[in-house]
Amino acid sequence: MFELLTQPWPWYIAGPVIGLTVPIVLLIGGKMFGFSSNFRHFVSACGVSKNEFFNYNWRKDGAWNIIFLVGAVLGGFLGGYVFANPNPIALNPVTVEALSNMGIQDFSGFVPTDIFTWSALGTPVGLLVLIVGGFFVGFGARYAGGCTSGHAISGLSDLQIGSLVAVIGFFIGGLIMAHLIYPIILS
Amino acid sequence: MKAKDFILYLLAGTLFGFVLMKAEVVSWFRIQEMFRFESFHMFGVIGGAIVVGMISLQVIKRLNVKDKDGNPIKISPKDSTQMKRYIIGGTFFGLGWALLGACPGPMFVLLGSGLTIMIVPILAGMAGTWAYAALKDKLPH
Repeated sequence: MFELLTQPWPWYIAGPVIGLTVPIVLLIGGKMFGFSSNFRHFVSACGVSKNEFFNYNWRKDGAWNIIFLVGAVLGGFLGGYVFANPNPIALNPVTVEALSNMGIQDFSGFVPTDIFTWSALGTPVGLLVLIVGGFFVGFGARYAGGCTSGHAISGLSDLQIGSLVAVIGFFIGGLIMAHLIYPIILS
Repeated sequence: MKAKDFILYLLAGTLFGFVLMKAEVVSWFRIQEMFRFESFHMFGVIGGAIVVGMISLQVIKRLNVKDKDGNPIKISPKDSTQMKRYIIGGTFFGLGWALLGACPGPMFVLLGSGLTIMIVPILAGMAGTWAYAALKDKLPH
């Protein structure tokens, strides 16, 4: 049993379980699954903006979303700390070689410690990845009206053409970054 | 919110975070591998999620399934008149997704796994959301 909880799950198990989130939150209280609205709730909760975009009852409208988020943090603790997989991720060796050539050295965890540490925050690469990366995710998610959960999972499940366009956008941006910009950043 | 709803949403989120971790989709490496088309894994996970989501939505719509409190479930379509926002906003999101190697859910799931540095992109994500609101009227939608 412990093995089952520490081992990585194959896509054909993990994918469908993630998909169950859509009916689960609909059946609990008729909510359409999405995650990135939490950023909006947080900015609204901080009370730093007078913009009407943040002028709504985040306690009432955002409650389910924020509680779900707290659960996700807890799930991360259970899955990534309590039942952490002791082995490195079984990546394609081609990817490992390509990233090594770009200067990534540590492949032991979920993220490269070359970039994802407090000390790396002082380096140009760390600043760019952690701050600019996070900023673009927050900006783009709200601009597009949803993120991977709201558009790629919920929206495509509901056959929404807008979500398909958004997901195409996700890949345009992702491909440009992975193939054209990242090699320059890491070199 | 009722205590029952609180617990159910918390459990749903916990399951979501746990599976995201076990599926390794919160990994920066997996995201790079996906955008380099060097593994089927991520596509299988997202595709599998969509198939289950799609079947569930069809069942809920066709059988007029009610939520647990007996209220009708209303699924609002996305606004299909604003295509510019989807393609431009989506491209910004994709740039950030590949750069950070995490989308909003995984940022918080990784934080839960003990990766405290994720607080930085989370705050940056809030700043990005604030910037969108500030620029909203000037951006093409």
